Amino acid sequence: MTAEVQAPPDTSERPSDGEFTDGLFARLMAAAALTVIAVLVATAVFLLIRAWPALSHYGPLSFFHARWAPSEAAATSSTPNPYGILQFIYGTVVTSLVAMVIAVPVAIAVALYITNLSPAVLRRPLSSLVDLLAAIPSVVYGFWGVFALIPALGPIGRGLTSVSGIPVIGWLFQGPFFGYSVFAAGVVLAIMVLPIVTAICREVFDTAPVAEKEGALAFGATKWEMLRLAVLPRSRSGIVGAAILGLGRAFGETIAVTMLIGNNVLTIPHGIMRAGSTMPSVIANEFTEANQPFHLDSLFVVAFGLLLLSLLVNIIGKRIVGRVSEHIA
Amino acid sequence: MMIDEEPLEELSEVDGFPGERRRQITNLFMHAVLLLVMIATVAVLAWVLVYVAGQGLKYLGPEFLTQTPPGNPSQPGGGFLNGIIGSLIVTGIATLLSMPVGIAAAIYLVEYGGQLARVTRFLTDILVGVPTIVTGALVYAMWVVFFGFSGIAGGIALGLVMLPLVIRSTEEMLRLVPRELREASFALGATKAGTIMSIVLPTASSGIITGIMLAFARAMGETAPLLLTALGNDLFIELNPTKRMSTLSLQIFGNAITGYKAAQARAWAGALTLVALVLLFTVAARWIASRTSVGGGRVTEPRA
Repeated sequence: MTAEVQAPPDTSERPSDGEFTDGLFARLMAAAALTVIAVLVATAVFLLIRAWPALSHYGPLSFFHARWAPSEAAATSSTPNPYGILQFIYGTVVTSLVAMVIAVPVAIAVALYITNLSPAVLRRPLSSLVDLLAAIPSVVYGFWGVFALIPALGPIGRGLTSVSGIPVIGWLFQGPFFGYSVFAAGVVLAIMVLPIVTAICREVFDTAPVAEKEGALAFGATKWEMLRLAVLPRSRSGIVGAAILGLGRAFGETIAVTMLIGNNVLTIPHGIMRAGSTMPSVIANEFTEANQPFHLDSLFVVAFGLLLLSLLVNIIGKRIVGRVSEHIA
Repeated sequence: MMIDEEPLEELSEVDGFPGERRRQITNLFMHAVLLLVMIATVAVLAWVLVYVAGQGLKYLGPEFLTQTPPGNPSQPGGGFLNGIIGSLIVTGIATLLSMPVGIAAAIYLVEYGGQLARVTRFLTDILVGVPTIVTGALVYAMWVVFFGFSGIAGGIALGLVMLPLVIRSTEEMLRLVPRELREASFALGATKAGTIMSIVLPTASSGIITGIMLAFARAMGETAPLLLTALGNDLFIELNPTKRMSTLSLQIFGNAITGYKAAQARAWAGALTLVALVLLFTVAARWIASRTSVGGGRVTEPRA
């Protein structure tokens, strides 16, 4: 202790004092940086601790079935496990995939338009407008979705359910379609993740070398051929990274999805036109009213699973986008 | 198909390039497609904003902004004053918690570097992707089980949501401060801490403020983590952050899902108020960013 406080012999005008605050300052800043690591570790540890009673009572593998029926839980018996979570994993992945199928092509088109085709004066305003989509709160999207989007989706949904003859597509779109559905949740998710996917695509397209674009035009390529030959090919992995990061964002979206998906927790829905549920939606719906044996603990199992899923997707997406930007720089 | 190819060959003879006309048509077609998608995207934004404004303006008024909801949600009248106050208190607590830690962490990333900085930068990007409802569950397990649902718990949860956003935007701003300024300061005999506090931070200050305002706007719209922490209180104005507290977002959610017309009217007015507040902060933040020399207009990506 004493060795640390004792200032080294110093002949300058401001001895020891400056040195001491400098070291303390550096340590404070380092502590703040460590907070980030601590938060992530604490998240994993605390969720696991709270989930542990259910995990050890039922056994981790017994959660992998598709029926969530808290009212059937008993304090003493451990079989069968009434808390199946497969349908939540399915709902989370499928709503997010529906969102990406819609959002990624739109994001590519919008980003291509803004970076390469729009008049120069419109570039910033258009970027800002797309970014504004990210500023609208989730609860507002959910509310708007119930009253404006679902009625508008009605004809589309009923049209899609009428293609029942084709093998895979028929299963995917089988009816009846009542509005609240995996499909409706996916459409709102698409709008919500569009800004981030567009922003990353914009950045990726901006890095296409001007010389190659001008070269393509000089050889007589049309604008579209220039985009197809000089911009899109080298952007492929960037687009994949953007899509995966958007997917990670969609996985965790809670309130809008909860308001639109119909909250069917009893089974994996057939196709995407029927009601389902996601990992965030069941937590939001039942957390404060969990009163059955192991109910809250099982919700923490869901939360822990959601954490793992989102960490996985975000690390993969970050790796790809990071590698792309390193490659560019 | 056959009919199409006849004039094409004629044209290619004229222009000297094979398939010239088809290339031009493809070009025009793709231009039109990209333009239409762009227009459709802006139209969706307009649809959401106009719809919320149209529904919200039906009830938004002095009564809505100055009163609390009626005890029975099916009754008409009343307002979300308690939620508006709660939103400002909870998001304010979140800002007070995340701002110093976030700025300090960003300083460490930019000014000190090293292995810890590399790991922290990577984990900050990962932390942005952690679902906010998981953050809410963390604060429940760490805080609510010991101290109960409260405005503070909500503030901690939103602070954790804001933290990586503040770190990332501050880091970006600090990187824009010219190296020469730091070198000049060192040359004059200033310590590293002194240089950071009196040269680097003031130079980047407006950019940092912009980032914090954007994070604030985002936190104010959050609902999911608050369900597990602040819980909500629809009855009266609560100024004590150690008690359960309502926010605008929680009140919109609670009233929207009731099924009562009167409650939904209040929720629409609340949605319009929330969107207006969030857009106000977002636009103000951009305006500050656009007026500054260092990093003007840079903090615009919705990497939230």
